Amino acid sequence: MLTYTKPLPVYNAIDAPYWQALFQHELRMQKCSACDKIWFPPGSVCPKCLCEKYHWEKLKGTGKIWSWVVFHKLYIPSYSDDIPYNVAAVKLDEGPMLTSNIVQCSNDTIKCDMPVEIVFDDVTKEITLPVFRPSGKRSI
Amino acid sequence: MKLEDLKDKTAIVGVGNTPFSALYKTRNPMRNSYTLGLEAFKNALDDSGLNKDDIDGIIVSRIPSYTDMCVMTGIDNPRLTNVLEGSGRMSGIAIQYAAMAVYTGMANVVACIYGNDGQSVGASYGGEFGFIDNYNTPFGMTSPGASVALMWQRHMHEYGTTSEDLGTLAISQREFASKNPNAVMHAPISMEQYLNSRYICSPLRLFDYCLINDGGVCIIVTTAERAKDCKKPPVYIMGTAQAGSHNPYYHVEDYNWKAMQIVADQVYQMAGVGTCDIDCAQIYDNFLPVVMFSLEGYGFCPKGESGQWIRNGRIGQDGDLPINTSGGHCSESYMQGWGLHVEAVRQLRGECGERQIKDAEIIQYICSSPVCSSHILRR
Repeated sequence: MLTYTKPLPVYNAIDAPYWQALFQHELRMQKCSACDKIWFPPGSVCPKCLCEKYHWEKLKGTGKIWSWVVFHKLYIPSYSDDIPYNVAAVKLDEGPMLTSNIVQCSNDTIKCDMPVEIVFDDVTKEITLPVFRPSGKRSI
Repeated sequence: MKLEDLKDKTAIVGVGNTPFSALYKTRNPMRNSYTLGLEAFKNALDDSGLNKDDIDGIIVSRIPSYTDMCVMTGIDNPRLTNVLEGSGRMSGIAIQYAAMAVYTGMANVVACIYGNDGQSVGASYGGEFGFIDNYNTPFGMTSPGASVALMWQRHMHEYGTTSEDLGTLAISQREFASKNPNAVMHAPISMEQYLNSRYICSPLRLFDYCLINDGGVCIIVTTAERAKDCKKPPVYIMGTAQAGSHNPYYHVEDYNWKAMQIVADQVYQMAGVGTCDIDCAQIYDNFLPVVMFSLEGYGFCPKGESGQWIRNGRIGQDGDLPINTSGGHCSESYMQGWGLHVEAVRQLRGECGERQIKDAEIIQYICSSPVCSSHILRR
């Protein structure tokens, strides 16, 4: 098996549940027990009401592409074989925005507001990254 | 106390900078943010006619240690000392803090000193070795330019703005730079050259990005009363404002407009003027779309219409609103807003030679970023 050389998340006590859920192929974010706000990135209190009680709500994993770009300049050396690669800002149906990549779709067919759904990419034995594909695509 | 009380009570009395063009072409192992800041400080002192002993406040930015800087300048016991992080949004904030300090008497004369050795140290503003942002880096997302590219892609989608609109801006700023002997980039560019320039992070191209170069800037602020005794005519601070635009990412769904509105309301109210009174604008251009978002956010034109608005010479030397008359960050020098302030002061003093804006009396500085800020300056 080829070694994965790209940057991986270095998670901490607060955001570990987020990455652990992804590893179980679930997208979960914190939801406030007092006001129901769902927030991201992870933090120890609700940014709306400062309540410290929350649970990790399972999200649908669907949303729309708010915007997208294609990297032509190489900033991160381990991406040398990927240039030009896309990065998208996906607005989840529940509200939060995720930075991600659009897969199963060529860069020139990506559009703003395109509906997308999550794909769990098991990049290593410990880490799963949330990427997205156009909605309604059959699994490959 | 009302905000308006501060109007015209403080002034910029000295500006100084290093060469930019000459430094860009040479390397010097002695050069660092301190040496660059020191050279600018000396030039600003000369410009103001003040003595070093008159300085009793020091604010440094992108210079790691105020202690080291104070030791190097021999300013041992300033009544006000601080360091602001080396981000461009801090240039406007430094001057605002200096104005507040001298107005209240917490200091008499504040030197704001900035040194940027980004070229010497090989700054890339993205992909920094070993840096992991859990929610961006694992997807190959890095650099503020890519965030601005995301915002511009969205803006084009929402409003129909185009690459040619950014080209218009790039050409105009380069035209100004061609009349600025200290600008790093001199050669005028055509729309064809702009459109054929390579993508860095599409939809943004090389000419949409700021330069990476070394330099230093110093700006000296004191009260309007003390300013009268300085060497050159004071440039008065009519209005100043800042507002945070704090979001999970550098790209923001509203293009920072909410924060810009807060800043605009305050700065125009304090100065007692509106957009139509502004003779010239210096608008933070780390990446060119930010200028477009700013024109719309401050109400120079309706939302989404900046592309049409800047056409037909409106932002050129003889236009209604000349923008970034030094060439800005994309053509003169990437001094993170510090150079834009210097240009505003020199335009108001009539020191800009071939690129001088005729009868410039009121100039606005604008920065859109995670902290939006603005100053309105007058001669």
